Amino acid sequence: MSTIVTDTHSAHDAHDHHDHHPKGIKRWLFTTNHKDIGTMYLWFSLIMFFVGGSMALMIRAELFQPGMQIVDPHFFNQMTTMHGVIMVFGAVMPAFVGLANWMIPMMIGAPDMALPRMNNWSFWILPFAFLIMLSSFFMPGGAPAFGWTFYAPLSTTYSTDSTALFVFSMHIMGMSSIMGAINVIVTIMNMRAPGMSYMKMPLFVWTWFITAFLLIAVMPVLAGAVTMVLTDKYFGTAFFDAAGGGDPVLFQHLFWFFGHPEVYIMILPSFGIVSAIIPAFARKPLFGYASMVYATAAIAGLSFLVWAHHMFTTGMPTFASLFFMYMTMLIAVPTGVKVFNWVSTMWRGSMTFETPMLFSLAFVVLFTIGGFSGIMLAITPVDYQYHDTYFVVAHFHYVLVSGAVFSIMAAAYYWLPKWSGVMYDTFLSKLHFWCSLISVNILFFPMHFVGLAGMPRRIPDYALQFADINAIVSVGGFLFGFSQLIFLAVCIKCALKKGEPAPAKPWEGAEGLEWTVPSPAPYHTFDVPPVIK
Amino acid sequence: MNVRLTRLLLALSALSISATANAEQSLQLNLTRGVTDISNKVYDLHMLVFYICLAIGVIVFGAMFWSILRHRKSRGVKPATFHDNVKVEIAWTVTPFLILFAMAIPATITLIKMDDTSDSDVSVLVTGSQWRWHYSYLDYDVEFQSIMATPREQIYGRLPQTENYLLEVDRPLVIPTGKKVRFLITSDDVIHSWWVPAFAVKKDANPGYINEAWTRVDEPGIYRGQCAELCGRDHAFMPVVVIAKEPADFEAWIRGEEERLRNAREEEQRLLSMQMSMDELMELGQQVFMAQCAACHQPNGQGIPGVFPGLAGVGVSVGDQQAHIDVVVNGARGTAMQAYRNTLSMRELAAVITYERNAWGNNTGDMVQAADIHHFIQGNQ
Repeated sequence: MSTIVTDTHSAHDAHDHHDHHPKGIKRWLFTTNHKDIGTMYLWFSLIMFFVGGSMALMIRAELFQPGMQIVDPHFFNQMTTMHGVIMVFGAVMPAFVGLANWMIPMMIGAPDMALPRMNNWSFWILPFAFLIMLSSFFMPGGAPAFGWTFYAPLSTTYSTDSTALFVFSMHIMGMSSIMGAINVIVTIMNMRAPGMSYMKMPLFVWTWFITAFLLIAVMPVLAGAVTMVLTDKYFGTAFFDAAGGGDPVLFQHLFWFFGHPEVYIMILPSFGIVSAIIPAFARKPLFGYASMVYATAAIAGLSFLVWAHHMFTTGMPTFASLFFMYMTMLIAVPTGVKVFNWVSTMWRGSMTFETPMLFSLAFVVLFTIGGFSGIMLAITPVDYQYHDTYFVVAHFHYVLVSGAVFSIMAAAYYWLPKWSGVMYDTFLSKLHFWCSLISVNILFFPMHFVGLAGMPRRIPDYALQFADINAIVSVGGFLFGFSQLIFLAVCIKCALKKGEPAPAKPWEGAEGLEWTVPSPAPYHTFDVPPVIK
Repeated sequence: MNVRLTRLLLALSALSISATANAEQSLQLNLTRGVTDISNKVYDLHMLVFYICLAIGVIVFGAMFWSILRHRKSRGVKPATFHDNVKVEIAWTVTPFLILFAMAIPATITLIKMDDTSDSDVSVLVTGSQWRWHYSYLDYDVEFQSIMATPREQIYGRLPQTENYLLEVDRPLVIPTGKKVRFLITSDDVIHSWWVPAFAVKKDANPGYINEAWTRVDEPGIYRGQCAELCGRDHAFMPVVVIAKEPADFEAWIRGEEERLRNAREEEQRLLSMQMSMDELMELGQQVFMAQCAACHQPNGQGIPGVFPGLAGVGVSVGDQQAHIDVVVNGARGTAMQAYRNTLSMRELAAVITYERNAWGNNTGDMVQAADIHHFIQGNQ
């Protein structure tokens, strides 16, 4: 009872003094404010980006030349596994959740997320999930070494005991994601400002709305799959063991039924970001708003019907292979619509090239290149040649790094003035962009060649004909990795409020409610809902 | 450091050379055409889809860069205000659909051919295990395992790397040219994937299930590939080598193999009554250990803590001899330790067990003879 009284009291206080909140560590531990939680998500994801990135550099160092020079193959496998897990679940997903927390309430004119206490919890269990995951490095046998896809039976009978930590940590991450997704859906459905109909919502809100449904649909499947791995390893079940009547390929079906929608979870919010930035700097409304919404929904729907294209070589019946090939090819249609719409938005606009726009333009080109290799991979008979080679590695890094990560960088530069109240360092940001753009292509483009030439993925050592390209790729990897320190410098400068004060709307062509509030955005925004005409 | 720099410079120059003239010779940048009808069809499909993507890319990026160059504020352009055009939007939804339809037809035809394993002339059972391939000809009395032949000294830089580094095996698979060869693919432990790029054959080896694939090679030659599915620590070190021989040469080879294996079995029966000396056992045992056991238990017998148990001074190697024989012959259920009953001869089993009981300071002094193994297996049955 007393809690309720205190809460009413503090809510009342908040109205009186806009910036009233606990100071120091307590502010961050107990906060229910969507902006604080968004900030924590974003910093967390940046830290994880560097942790996962340093693992990638370890991989690239070992692959710089043929032969084993730096690490043991078993440790190399731990690196590839943890690099994947951390980048997917620790860097990209939390970054999007951070952006959602910061921007969705401000974009729809809501004072906060609908479920603020759950919001606090869904963030704060995340660092512990990753502490558990990373602590497995100190176990005998080290961290999981079965790839981020943890195919059974490599992850069951043949794994070390770090599997138990891996499973537990995955469960916590899944809970965090599901809670975050529920929060997004409830907020969007209930807290839009008067007049903000669904078809007036910014595309970032739309794409996140659809993403949240994908999350709720597939995270429980992942939870089921990891639990089955756990019971197969420790409790004598045989879901994935043929000797007990199970099937190792069943694991792959479960994993990819989660995994493919997961891929779109990591790219749909990017579409929303780019759809906000390109019109702003082309000074022209987004072309085909409605078709963008429908295309996003179509991609989300198709994502449940294509999972087995990751499994063409597992020995599926011809009919199943054909079905999944056709469905996968279909995805090119709505994705193409999006790209055409972005280009049409630029067409006959009046463009300027501030850093958010540069990252968005790079996104459109490089993501589309990743889309092209995606179409090639969809063709089952040719996929037999591409599957599990560096061609696949090139493909998904084009869509995830120069796609998802570039869009996150674009979003950061676009909204940093709103978050921090100061303009970012223009010179450093452009340096960051050009270094990243050049090095990301030195890093990932040659991987296409080495994959086509026949280099399998996830190997710590390779035949001599792959040596030259791997040396180039490794150089690109280190350049890209160190370029990101520039981004860190830009973020720290903004966090320390070093820079020119930002106006409420620093971008001439920007649209949206977030630009109607001052920069930095006050601790509480839209206590009184704005009215949308 | 200098070596690295030189290599890097070489790499950069190689890339620039390949971009100009003889790309095929200096550096392979594209998918192989391969040596079968199917692999050629796959290559053609690959190029078809690639060129279609290239054309779309030129159009889309062309429009985008035109826009970036011309429609910029610094040129004083006033932005247009259009934001919809139903006709255009329908056009760019339907056109990609038609292009995809056109790609799907040849893809479907090729896939149906690739999946048709009927009417084969020769069948080979391919079994993956950590980290080797085992080949068994169903129509002949021939089976053997195929282990990477690249020595550790090359991997760890103590010897220069030779031409087929990591892509060479002690015993390659031999198939006849001009015949439809069917591969039945399975695994003894984790999932592996059997891949020969020149045949456009890649199929997962799933434990407990059998997958099928086939090829018909017209050109005699040596074709190399690798395991394509992450299968544990030495995933990079289980190459596939296939030699295609003219049918007559193949026939001669397979008869020779049958005889060799028959002789080996007779020899083994004869040797059951023979005693080998400690030196002989240790010498053969070390060879077998390095080829079969060192990948997990390590050449120094230390294993990898938490992953693969050590043998030096601990466990069955210094404990009960019968338990030691049991684990090597029958494997340990629920672990990566496989059963060697069918992969090693009794002489080899005896030697490797003797070696493990006396190497790395274990010095138990125990000698295990082939007859002991024979006795153990008899007692088991």
